[in-house]
Amino acid sequence: MINVTIDNKKIQVEEGTTILKAARQAGIHIPTLCYFELAGMKFENKPGGCRVCVVEITKDFNGKPRRNLAPACATDCVEGMEVLTHSPRVINARRTVVELILSDHPNDCLQCEKSGDCELQALAQKLGIRNIPFKGAQSTYRKDQTLSVMRDVDKCVMCRRCETMCNNIQSVGALSAVNRGFNAVVAPAFEMNLGDSSCVNCGQCVQVCPVGALTLVDNISDVMNAINDPTKTVVVQTAPAVRVALGEEFGMEPGTIVTGKMAAALRQLGFDYVFDTDWSADLTIMEEGTELLGRVKKVLNGEKATLPLFTSCCPGWVSFYEKNFPDMLDYPSTAKSPQQMFGAVAKNFFAQKIGVKREDMVVVSIMPCLAKKSECARDEFKVNGNPDVDFSLTTRELAHMIKQYNIDLNNLEEADFDSPLGQSTGAAVIFGATGGVMEAAVRTAYEIYTGKPLANIDLEVVRGLEGTKEATVDFNGLPVHVGVCYGLANARKLMEEVRNGNPRGFHFIEVMACPGGCIGGAGQPYHHGNSDIIRKRMEATYREDAGKPIRKSHENPDIIAIYKEYYGEPCGHLSHEQLHTHYFDRSQHVEACGE
Amino acid sequence: MTKIKTHVLCCGGTGCKASASDEIIANFERILKEKGLQDEVQVIRTGCFGFCEKGPIVKMLPDNTFYTQVKPEDVEKIVNEHIIKGRKVTDLLYLDPENKQHVSDSKHMGFYKKQLRIALRNCGFINPENIEEYISRGGYEAIAKVLSEMTPQDVIDLVTKSGLRGRGGAGFPTGVKWGLCAKNKADQKYVICNADEGDPGAFMDRSIMEGDPNSIIEAMAICGYAIGASKGLVYIRAEYPLAIHRLQVAIAQAREIGLLGDDILGSGFNFDIELRYGAGAFVCGEETALIHSMEGKRGEPTLKPPFPAVSGYMGKPSNVNNVETFANIPIIITKGAEWFSTIGSEKSKGTKVFALAGQINNVGLIEVPMGTTLRDIIFEIGGGIKGGRKFKAVQTGGPSGGCLTEKHLDTAIDYDSLMAAGSMMGSGGMVVMDDTSCMVAIAKFYLEFTCEESCGKCSPCRIGNKRMLEILTKITEGNGTMDDLQELRNLAAVIKDTALCGLGQTSPNPVLSTLDNFWDEYVEHVVDKKCRAGVCKKLMSYVIDKDKCIGCGKCAKNCPAEAISKTNYIAEGHKLPSMAIDTTKCIKCGACISGCKFEAISIK
Amino acid sequence: MAKIKSLAELKAMRENLQSNLDLREKSNNPDAMVQVKVAMATCGIAAGAKQVMEHMMEKADQLKLGVVFTQTGCMGYCHAEPTIEVKVPGKDPIVFGHVDNKKADEILEKYVMNNELVEGIIPVNYEKI
Repeated sequence: MINVTIDNKKIQVEEGTTILKAARQAGIHIPTLCYFELAGMKFENKPGGCRVCVVEITKDFNGKPRRNLAPACATDCVEGMEVLTHSPRVINARRTVVELILSDHPNDCLQCEKSGDCELQALAQKLGIRNIPFKGAQSTYRKDQTLSVMRDVDKCVMCRRCETMCNNIQSVGALSAVNRGFNAVVAPAFEMNLGDSSCVNCGQCVQVCPVGALTLVDNISDVMNAINDPTKTVVVQTAPAVRVALGEEFGMEPGTIVTGKMAAALRQLGFDYVFDTDWSADLTIMEEGTELLGRVKKVLNGEKATLPLFTSCCPGWVSFYEKNFPDMLDYPSTAKSPQQMFGAVAKNFFAQKIGVKREDMVVVSIMPCLAKKSECARDEFKVNGNPDVDFSLTTRELAHMIKQYNIDLNNLEEADFDSPLGQSTGAAVIFGATGGVMEAAVRTAYEIYTGKPLANIDLEVVRGLEGTKEATVDFNGLPVHVGVCYGLANARKLMEEVRNGNPRGFHFIEVMACPGGCIGGAGQPYHHGNSDIIRKRMEATYREDAGKPIRKSHENPDIIAIYKEYYGEPCGHLSHEQLHTHYFDRSQHVEACGE
Repeated sequence: MTKIKTHVLCCGGTGCKASASDEIIANFERILKEKGLQDEVQVIRTGCFGFCEKGPIVKMLPDNTFYTQVKPEDVEKIVNEHIIKGRKVTDLLYLDPENKQHVSDSKHMGFYKKQLRIALRNCGFINPENIEEYISRGGYEAIAKVLSEMTPQDVIDLVTKSGLRGRGGAGFPTGVKWGLCAKNKADQKYVICNADEGDPGAFMDRSIMEGDPNSIIEAMAICGYAIGASKGLVYIRAEYPLAIHRLQVAIAQAREIGLLGDDILGSGFNFDIELRYGAGAFVCGEETALIHSMEGKRGEPTLKPPFPAVSGYMGKPSNVNNVETFANIPIIITKGAEWFSTIGSEKSKGTKVFALAGQINNVGLIEVPMGTTLRDIIFEIGGGIKGGRKFKAVQTGGPSGGCLTEKHLDTAIDYDSLMAAGSMMGSGGMVVMDDTSCMVAIAKFYLEFTCEESCGKCSPCRIGNKRMLEILTKITEGNGTMDDLQELRNLAAVIKDTALCGLGQTSPNPVLSTLDNFWDEYVEHVVDKKCRAGVCKKLMSYVIDKDKCIGCGKCAKNCPAEAISKTNYIAEGHKLPSMAIDTTKCIKCGACISGCKFEAISIK
Repeated sequence: MAKIKSLAELKAMRENLQSNLDLREKSNNPDAMVQVKVAMATCGIAAGAKQVMEHMMEKADQLKLGVVFTQTGCMGYCHAEPTIEVKVPGKDPIVFGHVDNKKADEILEKYVMNNELVEGIIPVNYEKI
């Protein structure tokens, strides 16, 4: 422990503590802008670039004052250090720096998507900035968008969070700083369109952007038009992770479960059928679990089969391996993601059942995710140009819609999902958290393989916010080796390991692109670097699971029914046609970035 | 066998090469052969002599005749007269601007008299592409001594004791830096030579690499032994093709004779060097930015700590020194720390190479002991101000430095005195200005450079420097206010206080030092809307003296903006009405003035 | 080039190479050396100055004397060619006339090495600039 004095408060901190954290320990909140941390998730962005958190070191390691102001986020405390966080010199410098940043920032807060959630706005407010003394040139760049992400880099403050996320956590390498000086900005290589780059649309850059430089592609009006069109039957599905986060947008504690209120709100918004992606998550388990057992059995019989099986629910991940591992496209499960399975069932089975033409049905998904917007636009998920899922909205967009429609979510009566695509099990709920798909798959695959009930269905070893986890599950004498990871850099390591001979002998690996899984998705309410929020969403997910009467996918009566009534058996002929997909070599996008 | 009686040293540095020194050498070789003198006279292509103002330089030995501004066609004369007849070719000798006498021996030239060449000891003396010449001057004896007689700690102690400080600009004690890297344990360490010379007008490092590449190789090997590194990397800008070539040749030759590679001189010490090319970004001279650039990443600085000594290239402990710093090392080892520490000032030992430029008679590369006064450099070595004009200011340290004035002329310059005076040693740029320089425009010039070269990582440098530049532009265009001066000073202070790296922290220096030393000139621009040096175009107006004008109308014909027309006034003794300039139309091109034979037009 | 494998080999290499740069090293500080100027105008060359100079350079090397040889124009003693001017550090220059190989040896061995005067001195009859 070392002793430091901050604003005349003497405190003891552990060695290696930054001034920023030491000050927080002393109850002093030094403002920051570029600094960003997801504690416990190995994400820390501290380029020391914005210079907002500068402090005055009046006594440094050598007993003398430091010549320049120091960035609190990136300066470690040393024994005997004395620091001032609000001396006249610091206040003047901090104000001047923020004024400078504002002097090169568009003044369109009123219309900005980030308004109210913008960290620069909050900072200007905290410092009470009322005018900007500098008049001068403004950076202007080309606007750009993918199917998921909007880029308005005029607003970029060069915090580099997106870059750190894209490169360190995701290893996607789509974003980095380009140009110099006043023209420096974060962009894809050669300033190409993000959509042409190695970007996988995971959207984590949007989740961490402090300002409105990176935002989502807003589909609210598309959905409103569909609802208002009397010729359309509009079906909505909601992903598992949405219900544990939506409440945050309405002032509820993180981790509040709003499943019932959400269903009620969706009905009030005018959706004709309020269904649940959880239902199709159960379906996914049936297909993917069967596929896993099929491959394992083949290997046990001495036949050729590709192992490990990788999950394919996460469209960011799917895009990632299509772009980076074109030689390994036979590893991931061919099962479609729950969103797309739902769309396929809705526009085939359900449309037929209620006598609505495919073209007259609009399927909307509510997702914690930005990549889902790109996924539903894939050509292979369209029939004659008509997509299985028409529009994908994020949790944040849903919240905007609810607010716009004057619906008071807090005081809504809870409601149930509609039938037949609404009932789900605890196994489907946990899809939202990292490890959840794996756990759900094990619950089902074990029982199908062994024919015996699983004694303890809580597979604790694959839960939690560790980036990569592994476990061995005893399938009645057959040791099944499973791996779980989130963050595409972790996935890349596992893919490379598998490519190099799979030395750990994995049978099944779950990959989610976003921190903590879908609960930390890019479409969720902004967490602003507070990983406790993600943790609470995760806890809520397992709470919801524990409270469900049925917790194994294969025991879902509606799932059993649809196989009986329509698909026959998992991985059967019809399910192959409707519930499975194939992958494409998209490595040219990575090569285009010069990698 | 005939004995070689004459050596012709011909400068093969970039500057002289640009003035056809290759052709001069070719002519020498051809004519000597024609005359059958090829065995008696040896022609050597050397590195830079420093006196670039008067290049190409040809030096004849042994009689030390220093020919300046030699043209390829002069060679025949030199051979016939000097070599064959033993008569000096007077009109190629340096003409002393003071007494108008020809000087034949460089030792008697003001330019060389006060110089002490340590880092440049071999430049202009040996053939840099022949390792044997370096060896015969005692080259590689330092590494031999180090490997056979000294422990790594001895080397570090000796360098520390010598008082050598980093020549890249900041002046960090070199031995201490080596010591910091040496104490970090690692399976691989790196010696990095910073050859990313980026100050506008600076070319000391380039000249050393072109003129004496082996000294850098030897020094890097010594450093490698001292810190425990077996790999050396030279980060050099790709726009230095000659320096790259010379280094490549030297490295290949050193490898060939076993002075690089495994088991050097049977000591068991392994060391080798590779070149890494930079794209010529100023910020890559900053050591962390340099390392990132070498790693293939964006060349931008990161926070220190961690220092490169702990985590440098590829995360391994690395020691980064500048070219000139390395050039001093071998001679410090052979001649000893005591010898070196007797040269220079109290806290800055040894010599410093400067690139002398601007409104000065002798432009070139000079090396002087630390503690030499600016007056000696400008008036003795530099030969005073061009055209006998008045000295106004001297800018040291490039874009990171400041402008010093007459009152600083007798300051003995070293790292600390320059810093105290509000400037910097920097890497050694020195630009002398006379009364035709506008100090506001000078500050603006340097800021334009910094804005161009800023990496854009930190907000004060990225946006702050742009805003300062905008304010300066406003002032030079006559739109400045006193509030602007206030804002300029505040911005400069904040940028200095908050920027991430050395580039940003020092970028306000040209502004601050001119504000301090030339406040009146700023006020004149702002209040009187006048530029006394006549540099700021928007503040000038062209005026025709109606009594001098004879009304010939030539100015009106010359004027591309049709801003000049006849008046109704006819001066006494003149027949035609005088002309007048419409200042709202005038574009200040000066075409009228150059056409007027009657000196009737002036700038006000 | 052969590899240098030890300090001794490096030193040997330097010794061998040193003569290459001798001429330059010497001219770096000529005032500390014996300077011999050989008049090499047409008259001097005609009288064999070139051959004498070569011989004298050989001899100086043999005797391991640090001598700088320079060629110069006509000294004006055309009657006494070949003429050479010898300047020993700390002394005034002396001009010798009718220098042949034998005389050259004598000048080096006697005058330069032992400060004995040798015949053939031409009195200098003008001031040099």
